[in-house]
Amino acid sequence: MRVGLFVTCLVDLMRPRIGFAALTLLEAAGCEVVVPETQTCCGQPGYNSGDRRSARVLARKLMTEFEACDYVVAPSGSCAGMIRTHYPDLFTDDPAEAERVKRLCERTRELTDFLANVVKLERVPGTFEGKVTYHDSCSGLRELGVKTQPRALLARVPGLTLEEMPEAEVCCGFGGAFALKFGDISSHIAERKCANIAAAGADAVVLGDLGCMLNIEGRLRRRGDTTTRVLHVAEVLAGNVEG
Amino acid sequence: MQVTSMHFKARAKEKLADAKLQAALRKLQGNFVKGRADRVAELDNFEAIREAGAEIRERALANLDLYLAEFENNATARGAVVHWAETAEQANRIVCELAAQYKARKVVKSKSMVSEECGLNDALAAAGIEVIETDLGEYILQLAHEAPSHIVAPVVHKSRDEVSDLFEQKHGKPRKTGIAELTREAREMLRPHFLGADMGISGANFIIAETGSTLIVTNEGNGRMVTTLPRVHVAITGIEKVVPTLEDVATLLRLLPRHGTGQTITNYVSVTTGIRGAGESEGPEHFHVILMDAGRTRLIGSDLQPMLRCIRCGACMNHCPVYQSIGGHAYGWVYPGPMGSVLTPLYVGLENALDLPNAATLCNQCGVVCPVKIPLPDLIRKVRERQFERGLKPWWERAGLALWGWTARHPALYAIMTAIGARALAWMGGSGKLIHNLPLGGGWTGRRDLPAPQGKTFREMYGRHWRRS
Repeated sequence: MRVGLFVTCLVDLMRPRIGFAALTLLEAAGCEVVVPETQTCCGQPGYNSGDRRSARVLARKLMTEFEACDYVVAPSGSCAGMIRTHYPDLFTDDPAEAERVKRLCERTRELTDFLANVVKLERVPGTFEGKVTYHDSCSGLRELGVKTQPRALLARVPGLTLEEMPEAEVCCGFGGAFALKFGDISSHIAERKCANIAAAGADAVVLGDLGCMLNIEGRLRRRGDTTTRVLHVAEVLAGNVEG
Repeated sequence: MQVTSMHFKARAKEKLADAKLQAALRKLQGNFVKGRADRVAELDNFEAIREAGAEIRERALANLDLYLAEFENNATARGAVVHWAETAEQANRIVCELAAQYKARKVVKSKSMVSEECGLNDALAAAGIEVIETDLGEYILQLAHEAPSHIVAPVVHKSRDEVSDLFEQKHGKPRKTGIAELTREAREMLRPHFLGADMGISGANFIIAETGSTLIVTNEGNGRMVTTLPRVHVAITGIEKVVPTLEDVATLLRLLPRHGTGQTITNYVSVTTGIRGAGESEGPEHFHVILMDAGRTRLIGSDLQPMLRCIRCGACMNHCPVYQSIGGHAYGWVYPGPMGSVLTPLYVGLENALDLPNAATLCNQCGVVCPVKIPLPDLIRKVRERQFERGLKPWWERAGLALWGWTARHPALYAIMTAIGARALAWMGGSGKLIHNLPLGGGWTGRRDLPAPQGKTFREMYGRHWRRS
């Protein structure tokens, strides 16, 4: 099975480690992984800012780059959600492209959804000593139905226990450009998330989207929490956690 | 109502620092969010009811002209008079003319958000007519000269203590502190107004085409007094509130109270049909229904039409992390929260509410809980698109998007730019790997840090694979 890894722009820039963790997991599942070299951004920043045209250009670019893959997998519910739920909206007035978009949507999966539901990964490479709590990122949860998949996979990590936090499904306040434009409100929402994480008393909060990670880690550190780790689910599953 | 949405950011900042408001908002989450979840869980076919509710509203909108004409015919046949108001000003004028026609000096009102849109109370006061709000929350706000901050619980921003102080000051009676005592005092103050009013003004949650009726849901019983005691009843509502049949309304009533207040059904559901008949002892002698457009027809047939399905339950704001953080006043007009982020710019002008559609994380909790399946985040995004098309986005945002879009189309350049960016940010993060103060990124680092990048991009680190193959 030929799987195209869509690294996503934030992982590329901020946390390459997560991209390599995803690679490890896909290879552990026996996939032939290709990483198209020219990939950049799925177009979500433009799309969510009202700039459909630039989003469309980037969507076309991505479609071409991953044309030859049986699946497109991204370590992000937000980017996978952009492709699966929003690309069709971008091409509603372009029937010629509609079929291609539909095929791409069918083949695109968020990483944990792919591992749990498509390749049904039984053994995960990683180990983790400690208690973690899981934050459900909005796009993954409400656009793609990613809820049980990461938990089922984490349950297979030796040494790891999961403690649910209150309001795990409530937004962390990231929201892309929202976090910059409305920083006060965004931080206020993040603070509520951090209080819920603290209530779970876990060693680490684990999640599947880099935007939320940066937001939550940023607020945790500012509120004086230097110990609670913020980890991408791929890092934990792959055992690719920074020492 | 005066639009102050352009001050969203400044007011939001104030609200975040308002400890009393924050406590009140937490209570709302407890009552309404949990209440909705509990009431929905009681239904074993909830999704089917929700689907039916959305279908009913969509059907009404698809044939809006027909159902409105049917409503007018049936209402008229029962002795009501239907008025059409294209604008809020027209609606006010019609009410003032009716007040003059019937020589009304005193008007009692039950809760109506459409009348808030119009600023009806001010228009009536300017015409020398005394207006008394009789919904407890609205009554409190009228005494305090404040605007509602929630469409279902208008006074949610006020604590009981504040109400105690207000009543003591305005009623001139000994200070009460218990909810029951406070409510009793308000009832005692309101009773003579109900009995002495010449005209009652209500809104309408729905208007029913097949019977020509208006319908309101209330919990306090004031609505029933407003619509039956005075000799003239004026109902004012938006044209989109029409529903084809009583059967349809019954379906929608399974959704509205559950989502609004966490109730299976409200204490009162009042269906008002026509005037007092010959030999009947109750009901008004004159019944006027004002159906207001004020921006609604502009949405019909557009990609924003689903917004008109809204049955005004307030679930979207109750579940919104932004509303939960700042309350309703910062939104600066009648409708706060996600529904307001769509309705306000469309009804009062995009340029008068630039922040609202952007002040959303698009988390879609609102879309998930909407009883009539309005895809609120999608509609919010479409309002952003309208802003973008009309050049209403700030220059730096347009420049930023253009730069990002262009760079992302040129992978070689993109690789260089991101490699430089990753190094610069990593350097700024220092040994702690945290950026405390990001130049031009104060929005981010004002109240949180930015974790620094690893230092090299994935692309650089993976590069040898590409070169090898």
